Parts: sequence; C-alpha cells; structure tokens
Amino acid sequence: MTLALLQIVAFLLGAPLLPGVIGRVKAVFAGRTGPPLLQPWRDLLRLAGKGAVFSRTTTWIFRAGPAVALAATLAAGLLVPLGAPAALVRFGGDFVLFAYLLGLGRFATVLAALDTGSSFEGMGAAREATYSAVAEPALFLGLVSLARSTRALDLSHMLGLQLQPVWWTDGPALLLVAVSVFVVALAENARVPVDDPSTHLELTMIHEVMVLDHSGPDLALIQYGAALKLYLFGALVVRLSLGALAQEPWLAFAAFLGGQVLFAIAIGVVESTMARLRLLRVPQLLIGASALSAFALVLLLR
Amino acid sequence: MRAPLDLVLVLVVLVDFFLLASSRPKTGIRAVAVQGALLAALPVLLAGNGLHAVHVVALAAGALVVKAIAIPLLMNWATRESAPHRELAPIVGYASTLFFGAVGAAVAFTWTSDLPLPIPGRHPMLVPTAITTAWTGLLLLMTRRKAVTQVLGFLVLENGVFVFGQLLADLMPVMVEAGVLLDLLAAVFVMGLVMFDLQRAFSSLDTSRLTTLKD
Repeated sequence: MTLALLQIVAFLLGAPLLPGVIGRVKAVFAGRTGPPLLQPWRDLLRLAGKGAVFSRTTTWIFRAGPAVALAATLAAGLLVPLGAPAALVRFGGDFVLFAYLLGLGRFATVLAALDTGSSFEGMGAAREATYSAVAEPALFLGLVSLARSTRALDLSHMLGLQLQPVWWTDGPALLLVAVSVFVVALAENARVPVDDPSTHLELTMIHEVMVLDHSGPDLALIQYGAALKLYLFGALVVRLSLGALAQEPWLAFAAFLGGQVLFAIAIGVVESTMARLRLLRVPQLLIGASALSAFALVLLLR
Repeated sequence: MRAPLDLVLVLVVLVDFFLLASSRPKTGIRAVAVQGALLAALPVLLAGNGLHAVHVVALAAGALVVKAIAIPLLMNWATRESAPHRELAPIVGYASTLFFGAVGAAVAFTWTSDLPLPIPGRHPMLVPTAITTAWTGLLLLMTRRKAVTQVLGFLVLENGVFVFGQLLADLMPVMVEAGVLLDLLAAVFVMGLVMFDLQRAFSSLDTSRLTTLKD
C-alpha cells in the first residue's frame, strides 16, 4: 500500500524532472552546461506566482481548458501502474478509459485554443487534432497487442509480471509495440520529429501555438500537465520494455524510476540528432507506427 | 535457435516497410543492403544438423557478397551522378503504399499457414515473410517513377524469392543457387546501364520520359 501511494507521489513530484533531464541531455549534445534539473519546477513556481491575462474575446471555455486538461491527465495517471505492482484504480478495459482521458485533455486544450479566435491557434488546433487522430490507431493496436499477449484487459496486468514470459515467446512482437508506443509518445508529447517544443515560429508550431494566449497560473497548469503526460507515456514505454524487472517490489520500483530517466535521455538523444519532420511527413511517420503495431498484432494472432 | 530466426525474419519485414516509406534513393540502397545482410544470415540459422555445412556456408557467403556488398556498391556507382534527388511524385503516395504493404503483410501472415506446401514448413514465418517481401517489391516496381527505385523494387522482389528458396535449400544444388545469384547480378548490371543511358539522354532518371522515345 505504501508503494502504491509512493508511486503517485513520485508521479506528482518527479514528472517535471523529465523535461529537465531532456534539457540537460540536449545541452550536453550542444556542448553547453544546460539548466539545472530543477529548472522546470522553478519555472512552474514562477508562473504560478504571476497574474493571468484574459483576452476579451474569450469565454469560460478558455479558462476551463488548462484545468480540465490537467484533471484528465491526473485521472489517467491513477489507471497506470507507475512502478508499483498495480495501479490505484484498475478494472477490465481501463486502457480504453486511459486513452480517452488523455483524449479529453487534448479536446479541452483544442477548444480553449479555438476560443481565442486567433488564426494561428486555429491552425495549431487543426494540426493537433489531425495528428492525434493518426496516432490513435498506433496506440490502440499496441495496447490490443499487449492485451492479447498477456490475456488481460487492465493496464496493471497488461504491464505487470505477465509480460515477462511473453518476452521469451513473442519477443519480436513486443519489441515492435515498444517502438510504436515510443513514436506515439514523441507525437503526443509534441517532441522533436513531430513538433519542436522550443520553436518560436508560429507557422510551424503544433502544440506550443495552442497555448500562446495562456499566461501565469494557466500556463503553469498546462506545462505541469504536459510533464505529467510525458511521465505517463514514459511509464508505458518503460513497463513495456523492461517488464517488471524484479519480483521484489522495491527493487522493481527503483528499476522503473531508472527506466524513466533512460526514457528521458532517449528523447533527448532523438531531439539532438534529428530535425523536425516536414508537416506533410508526420502522418507518414505515425502511419508507419500504426503499421508496426498492426504487424505485432498479426504476429501474436497467428 | 528459434528466437534469433524470428528476429531476423521480423527485421526483414521491417526493412520492407521502411523501403515503402522512404523517399531518398540513397537511403533505399542502404536499406536493401541491410536486408541482403539479414538474408545472408538465414541459411546459417535455418541449417538443421550440419549435414550440408559447406553448402550452407557457401550460400550464406554468396548472398552476403552479392546482395549486401556488390549490388549496393554497383547501385551507388550508377547513381553517383544523379545527385541525391528524392523521388518527387510517386504514382501512388507513400502513406498509401505503406498501408497496402501492411495489408499485404497482414494477409500473408494470417493465411499462408493454410497453403499446401510440397515440403513441410521449416519455420512458420518463412513463407509469409517471403510473400510480404515479394509483395513489397511489386509495390515498389509499380508505384515509383525513378529507375533507381524501380531497380530497388526488383531487388526486394528477388529477396522475397530468395527467402522462399530457403524452403528448398536442402534440395537445390549449389550450382542452381550460384546461377540465380549471377542472374541477379547480370540483371542489375543491365539496369545500371539503362540508368546510365537514361541519365545521358534526359539528364534525369524518370522512366516516364521513355514514352517520348519514338521507335
């Protein structure tokens, strides 16, 4: 029980450290020292202390957007085993709820962006909606492959100890799913081959352009939500590729946290070595990820 | 020896998908070289009880030299003049070809176990991989305009035939296999000459320009 609570504490406190690790890795690649690991937390606290500015064209939808997005992400976090053997909430079919809670958060962000009436934000919203629609089959086919290989319908069992023997019998299929989920994680979290989080050109932004009009505490909520979402996808990738490394729960928890750091380092390496894809090529990447998941499912069904 | 063999066959299919989605000829040539190297490992991994050790090693070495080294070098040589231009407008888009490739793979992996084969299957994934690879080659041949990518399609098609041939590896004498590999080399050589002439006549490798030739 303590572990089940500890995983939530680690989730809430540790999530903003992942962007910090990514920033550090990118800085090392560029030959700089880079910001301290705690910088994302400092940014969040600084933003939370500021006042918010609301445009007169916006309505309550704009103000509700960040809160709904963060709440949906937190709720999704309760369904994923974040290092402990099981998640706090689990029931058959909860992976569908997980995917659509994240979808609800995105829906709120898109609505808030449209509510500003800015043409740039409309463009960003259209792109976000399009790419997430293409990423969804990849994620779902991957989750269905997991459900099929572990014969379980809840995330706690799909990503639990049952995964270990499957790696021996159907290793290639699980490897395909892991790669596919990693690509979906890059797309959903607006990381480099799909979107550039540090860009300052509105025409090419996807996610960042949707939050241009948010300020102060609202922006802090959005950035915190983004960090939590990254941590959740990291949890999927880590649990999927490491399995539960050890039977001993505390050891498994430590391995999970180490895996999260490796996940952040991997993203940092991808961001340092790759350029952003042209917008037209992004759906191609995501369809490729769907093809990998579909192929994994075919291998498992055979 | 099951696990490494599974992995090699899955990787072969992955290279197929990659080829369907990639637009740069140079990347494609590299991918075909990687696929050739993977195929060269197949005879060794499939070899049962070492009855035909010499045969197996010769086949693997031959495939490695021809598929993974000679042909890619030749293709690189043939395309060295024609700058790394990407394929501008394939007849069918990349996303659609990738989709058709994935559908082909799904069909191959789902239904080929029902095919009546004269020789009992040596590995359940061998035939589907062969069919997927041949299908990928056909798709590439049909949908791309540039001579280089069409040659790549032909090579992938032949790779599929090679995988299928692994079913019969025990029955086929070395001479037949050597003949197949040599045929391939000759075909690529001829295509290299065609590409060279295309390049000289039209200063591009777009095969659709061939229709402007009269007699």
